[in-house]
Amino acid sequence: MGRNLLIRIGSTMVTLFGVAFIVFILVRVVPGNPIAMMLPPGASDADIALLTAHYGLDKPILTQFWIWLGRALQGDFGTSISLRQDVMGLIFGRLPATLELATLALLIAVALGGALAITAARFRGTAAETGIDLANGASLAMPDFLWGLTLILLFGVAFPVFAISGRVSPTLDLPFVSGFYLIESLLRLRLDILLDLLRHMLMPALALALPLAAVIAQLLKTSLKEAMQQDYVMLARTKGFSETRVLLSEALRNAVIPTLTLAGVQFTFLIGGTVIVERLFSYEGLGNMAIDAVINRDLPLIQGIVLVFALLFVAINLLVDLSYALLNPRLRHG
Amino acid sequence: MADARAITVRTGPRLWLSGGWLTLIALAAIFAPLISPHDPLAQDLMLGKLPPAWIAGHEPGYLLGTDSLGRDVLSRLISATRPALIVAMGAGLAACILGSALGLLAGFFGGWADRIISRIVDIWMAFPPVLLSILLVAFFNPSLQSVIIAIAIIDWTRFCRVVRAETMQQRRMDYVESARAMGRTSLATLFREVLPNVLPAIIVLLSLEMGIAVIVEAILSYVNLSVSTDQATWGSMIAEGRGIIYQAWWVLVFPMIALFLTVLAFSQFGEGLKERFDPVLR
Repeated sequence: MGRNLLIRIGSTMVTLFGVAFIVFILVRVVPGNPIAMMLPPGASDADIALLTAHYGLDKPILTQFWIWLGRALQGDFGTSISLRQDVMGLIFGRLPATLELATLALLIAVALGGALAITAARFRGTAAETGIDLANGASLAMPDFLWGLTLILLFGVAFPVFAISGRVSPTLDLPFVSGFYLIESLLRLRLDILLDLLRHMLMPALALALPLAAVIAQLLKTSLKEAMQQDYVMLARTKGFSETRVLLSEALRNAVIPTLTLAGVQFTFLIGGTVIVERLFSYEGLGNMAIDAVINRDLPLIQGIVLVFALLFVAINLLVDLSYALLNPRLRHG
Repeated sequence: MADARAITVRTGPRLWLSGGWLTLIALAAIFAPLISPHDPLAQDLMLGKLPPAWIAGHEPGYLLGTDSLGRDVLSRLISATRPALIVAMGAGLAACILGSALGLLAGFFGGWADRIISRIVDIWMAFPPVLLSILLVAFFNPSLQSVIIAIAIIDWTRFCRVVRAETMQQRRMDYVESARAMGRTSLATLFREVLPNVLPAIIVLLSLEMGIAVIVEAILSYVNLSVSTDQATWGSMIAEGRGIIYQAWWVLVFPMIALFLTVLAFSQFGEGLKERFDPVLR
């Protein structure tokens, strides 16, 4: 286990290094001189030379990469061109909003998918299972982008119960010290703000959650139905436990492992999906900022955001692998 | 086996319905200028935000209403089938060829080739796809070609992983050994013996990938990073409709429906083909 862990972390490092290298090269091959974009029009040749030397752009490209990587490791991604602020500061300002949205979506997906799977497995072979299968199919066929639009039409326009843009009502006075509004409003018991946050976040979270909920429901249902055929479940039945109790206390525990792994991997897709869903709902998160950065050709900001997203992806994959190894006794001594 | 046959019979309508919709879209794209009731770009501010023909206040000749600039929604919907299908075919085929070639190499030869290609795939998977596509298109300058290249650069890994796994499985089969024993070169064995057996999996993936390409193009044109504004796209129509959602819902709803049906048709066509090809189900 210890050796496997080291190998896994090592290969994660190699992946991250590759990501950093590709981002670096991508930004260097962009048409247009990055220095010219950082300086105001009419800057003197001396200014240009100074800034070029400061960023090490007069050195060979591999040397440039090492200088850049060294700065990046210290959290120095430079200054945003369009917003004229420290890139790291901007990213950390927006990251909590995206993390809260993605986590809320994951919770919804797990709860909804789990409930559907258990219901379908409990009433297997009945109309309930067929109905849940159909709903799953429909939910899977629609990407998060279209779910977002559909929810906007349904609960923003036809039955306007939710807000369709922003993260929180601008009129509210926020007493928060961090960017984690949802968590802080919970901790401070500010239910008025919590409700307002949820009114804004539920629809984008649902748009992200629905396709994932369908995936979870399908896989968990299959595992549950398989588990219900096993000997230990038969034994529990002969002891006179009710079908629901057998399902929840015996089958679920064994069926949940493959679903957990899948949910982890799918969570990275969900985080990728925040980019367009945040845009749809004008939600002030990292993804929305990424699109603005690209439209404004703000290279330092783009670099920083892509690296932070990649770091999240890789970290989640690593955590999934580790939790899988911990949960699955067969792999624990691999 | 009786069960298996029942499944095959049941999958019939899936292929027919999805294939039918895709044929309809393809015909609309080919004959777009002939069947469009209006010029998709013609503006008439006097006729702005006209509702569809079954709602009071409509004008004859504008079946699905008009947008805020008075452009005919139906004509724009038809015109937008062209960029959608060009991206579906261009990006789908490009990703398919690149990914399948690398997957075949990695799966068939193993060793170093496999290790390097698999590592590149791992690195690729660490990028959020939508973010990467937006990034790439911005770098290449927004255009239909950039969208195609960006999708191909991102999604070749889908083909690579599946084709690699399938090829590894095929490589262990007796027929590969006998081809080698007959003195075939590695490349000849790969293309004449292994490729035909992996091809069904590739075709299924290709259909799924085309659906993904359509949705990615819509997302990119939603954020105005696809073709220029003088070509209607479903994504740009959706973006316009999102802005005037409280005044003219139809500008948003019809391109959404077209996009949904097309994406659904590509994925269902792929699923239908998968069931057709699967030897167990057959």
